[in-house]
Amino acid sequence: MDSIIYSDFLVIGAGLAGERAAIEAVQSGLDVKIVTLVPPRRSHSSAAQGGMQAAFGYSEMSKDDSSFEHFKDTVRGSDWGCDQKTAGLFCDSAVDAVKELDGWGVPWTRINDKSGNDGLIAARNFGGTAKWRTCYCADGTGHSLMMAMDNTTAKYGIPVFDRCEAVSLIMNEDRCTGAIVLDLRSGKPVSFIAKAVLIATGGYGQLFEKTTNALICNGTGLSLVLNTGKGVLANMEAVQFHPTATVPDCLLITEGCRGDGGFLLDVNFHRFMPDYEPEAEDLASRDVVARRMIRHIADGFGVKSNYGMHLWLDIRHLGKKHIADNLREVREMCINFLGIDPVNELIPVYPAQHYSMGGIRTDINCCCEDYGIKGLFAAGESACWDIHGFNRLGGNSLAETVVAGKIAGRKASDWIRLNNPEISMSCAEHELKCQSERIRKIMEKSGGVNCFEIKSSMKKILTESAGVFRNKRDLEKALAELKELLKKSENVSLKMKPAYSSPELPEALRITGMIHLALCIVKGALLREESRGAHYREDFPNRNDELWLKRSLFRLNSDSGEPEVFYENVDVSDFPPGKRGYGEK
Amino acid sequence: MKMLMSQIFHPVKEDMVKNRILKIEIMRFNPDEPDRMPFMQKYTVEEDKRISILNVLQNLRDNEDPTLRFDAVCRSAVCGSCAMMINGRPGLACRTYTSELPSGIKLHPLPFFKLIGDLSVDTGTWFRAMYERTESWIHSSGSTENLYQDNEKMKAVYDLDRCIECGCCAAGCATANMSDTFITAAGLLRAARFFIDPRDERTESQWYDVIGNDEGMFGCSSYLACNDYCPKNIPMQNTLAMLRRKMIKAGIFGKSR
Repeated sequence: MDSIIYSDFLVIGAGLAGERAAIEAVQSGLDVKIVTLVPPRRSHSSAAQGGMQAAFGYSEMSKDDSSFEHFKDTVRGSDWGCDQKTAGLFCDSAVDAVKELDGWGVPWTRINDKSGNDGLIAARNFGGTAKWRTCYCADGTGHSLMMAMDNTTAKYGIPVFDRCEAVSLIMNEDRCTGAIVLDLRSGKPVSFIAKAVLIATGGYGQLFEKTTNALICNGTGLSLVLNTGKGVLANMEAVQFHPTATVPDCLLITEGCRGDGGFLLDVNFHRFMPDYEPEAEDLASRDVVARRMIRHIADGFGVKSNYGMHLWLDIRHLGKKHIADNLREVREMCINFLGIDPVNELIPVYPAQHYSMGGIRTDINCCCEDYGIKGLFAAGESACWDIHGFNRLGGNSLAETVVAGKIAGRKASDWIRLNNPEISMSCAEHELKCQSERIRKIMEKSGGVNCFEIKSSMKKILTESAGVFRNKRDLEKALAELKELLKKSENVSLKMKPAYSSPELPEALRITGMIHLALCIVKGALLREESRGAHYREDFPNRNDELWLKRSLFRLNSDSGEPEVFYENVDVSDFPPGKRGYGEK
Repeated sequence: MKMLMSQIFHPVKEDMVKNRILKIEIMRFNPDEPDRMPFMQKYTVEEDKRISILNVLQNLRDNEDPTLRFDAVCRSAVCGSCAMMINGRPGLACRTYTSELPSGIKLHPLPFFKLIGDLSVDTGTWFRAMYERTESWIHSSGSTENLYQDNEKMKAVYDLDRCIECGCCAAGCATANMSDTFITAAGLLRAARFFIDPRDERTESQWYDVIGNDEGMFGCSSYLACNDYCPKNIPMQNTLAMLRRKMIKAGIFGKSR
C-alpha cells in the first residue's frame, strides 16, 4: 500500500451507513475511498435480522400507517429523548430508502395472502409500534441489505481498503483532513488525506462482557473524535439491552420472533409479560421488556442453568412452515449453536447489551461542524444523529443506516463543493509522525501491562455498573476503578514482539480510547439522576422532564485527560412528552 | 452432530467424567518471513465446558500467544470470517464445537485464498474481484419503479443470496485447488442469484459470455464438495445443475454464437 493515499471523501467503516454515503458521494462525482477493519460484508450490519421500519401500509395490519405514526412511535420509544426534527426527516425518508434498496436487489419478502396487495412489500410487527411496519427478508434482512449495498459499491468501482484500522484523525486546526490508518496486513501506518471524512464505524458493544455485538464493535470511531479534544460525543449512557440473547453465548434472537407471535415464558412455563404489560404484552419496547424479565427472575421465576438464570422464548406455536420461511436464520442458529430446534423446543434467553444509542454528535445533516470539527461527518450506530434518544425501536437501526448514510454522503459532497478545502500536507506529516512515534514506543516498551487484561477488567466493571439497572453507589465505584484503569492503560506494552503485524498491536493502540468511552458511559449515567428509556436508575426511577429534557455531551479535557460532561436542550415542540403506553407507571 | 438441550444445560457432573485434554495443532506461518518454514504449533487445552474452535483460538490469543492470527467477527455464523480447515475439512470455527471432534484437532488456513498469516486468509480481495467478474449487481434499465414481485421468486432469490462468502466451497473444491482462475461455486452461485432475479435483465446468452467456459460453469467437475461444506446449506447441487443446463442451452442455441 502507498504511504499516502488521496481522495475527496474518506469513509471510515464499510457497513451499511458508510457504503451508502460512499455511493451517494460517488454519484455526485467525487473521488471516494473506503477504509474498513474487515471486508465490507463481514460488517456488523450484516448481523441485523428482523427488518427495517418504513410506513408503506400495504399489509393488512398496517392499514392507515403513515410516516407521522412512525415518527410518534419513534419519539415514544426514545422516551422523548430524541431530536424530533431529525426523527421527522428520518421517518419521511424511510419508505424511499426501502424502494431504492429493492432496485439494488434486496429480495424483500412480499405480501402473499390474496388480500389484493399480493406482491407488494410485506411488513411484520415489532416492539413499540402502533402498526405492522417492519419490512424484512426472512430474518436475514441486514445480510441482504449488506449484500445489495456492497454490490452497488462494486458497481461504482469504489475502492475499499480492508484490514485497515483508523488510529487518529488528521486535524488542521478545527478541520478534519483525513486519517492515519494502520494497515493491519503490514502493521504500518498510512496517511489517508481527504477534503472531508465520514465516520461510520458502528457501536461500542464490546465495552461490555455480555453483548450481542460482533468482536469488531469497539467504538474506535468514537475514540477518534474524542481524542481530538474538539469533537463531541452524545448520550453515551444510553445503551440498549436486547431482551432475547441466547444463553450463554449472547447470540441475537430477533425481535421478529415476538413480532410474529412468539412469547416469553418463565420457569413455570407461564407467559408472564401480559401480567405486567396488558396492552403491549411481549412487544413493549426493548428497555421495558428487558427490565420486566430481570425483575421477574429476581422474583424467583427464572430458569436455573449452569450458565446462570434465564427465561424461555417460545415460538413453537408459529409452526414449522412459518419458522422455516420467516425465521430460518434463528432456527439455524439455534440448531448449530444451542443444539435445539425451536420448532419443538424452547430457546433459553437473557437480556444482553445490543445497541449504542450514544455516539458522535452531529446535526440533522450528519455534520459535526456545530460540534467542534469541520469537514467531519458521522452516520449510523457510531453517530448520535439522535433519532433514538434513550431507546431505539427495533427496525429503526437498519433504516437509520441507509437514510443517514445517504444524507451524510450528499451533505458531505455539498460541503466539499462549497468550501473546496485546501489539503495541508504538513498536518498529515505531523500526525503520521505522532502515530509512528506512539507505535514505536509501544513496540519498544517492555514490562508494562497487558492490554487483554485491562480490556477484560473494563468489560467487567461496565457490565456490573452500567447494565440494565444502575445506581449511584455502583456507578461511583466503577468511576474510581475506571480512572485507575485509565492510568494503567498508559503503561501498556506488548507481550510478544514479532517483526510482522501482530493482532496485539491494534488492541494495545485502542485500549485507552475504549476506557475513555467507558468513562463517558459511567459519568453520563451517574450524573443523569432520572430514568429515561434504557437508562434506568434504581435511586431515581422516574423520568424527570423538568430537569432532564437534555442531551448529555462529552468532550475530552486535555488537562485532566478525561472526558467532561455538558448538556444541550432537547427540543420537544413537535410532540410534547406524555405517556409511552408501556413500561413502569 | 446434534446435541440435545439436556446435554448443554445439565452436563454430566464433573466428578463422574474426566474432562478430555485436547491436543490442538495450529499451522503457523508468516509470508513476510519466507525464510522461516511453516510449522505446526502444539497447544493443550482442557475441555472443561462446551467450547467452539473459535473460543479455543480466542483463549489462546488472549492468554497465551497474542501474535496468533485468525479472523472472526460475528461469532454466530452470519459473517463468514472464521472459515478454516478443521481436521482437513473446511468449516466455520465459530460453529464447530470441540465435542464434535476427536481430541486431536489440527487447524490449517483455507487453501485457494492468499495467506495473510497463520489461519488468516485474504478472502476480501478475491471476492471483490469475483463481484467485478460476474458484475455482481442488478442490471436493469430501471426506467420503471415496479415494487410488485412474486413472493416465491423473492424467496428463491433470498435462498441464493444467503451466501456469507466464507470460502468453504472454494477450499473444498477440486477444480479450484488445481486452477486459481476457476470462478468457484461462490462465483457460480452469484451468477445464479442474479440469473433467477426477475429484476435483473441479463439474458442466458449474456451469462454465457461470463461463465460459459472452462473457468466458469464447465470447469466444475460436479464433485459437489461445495454442497457438502456450505455452512449455510445453500442448495449448490440444484443451483449448479440449473446453471449448467441453461449454459449448455445458451451454448447450443445462443444467437450470439
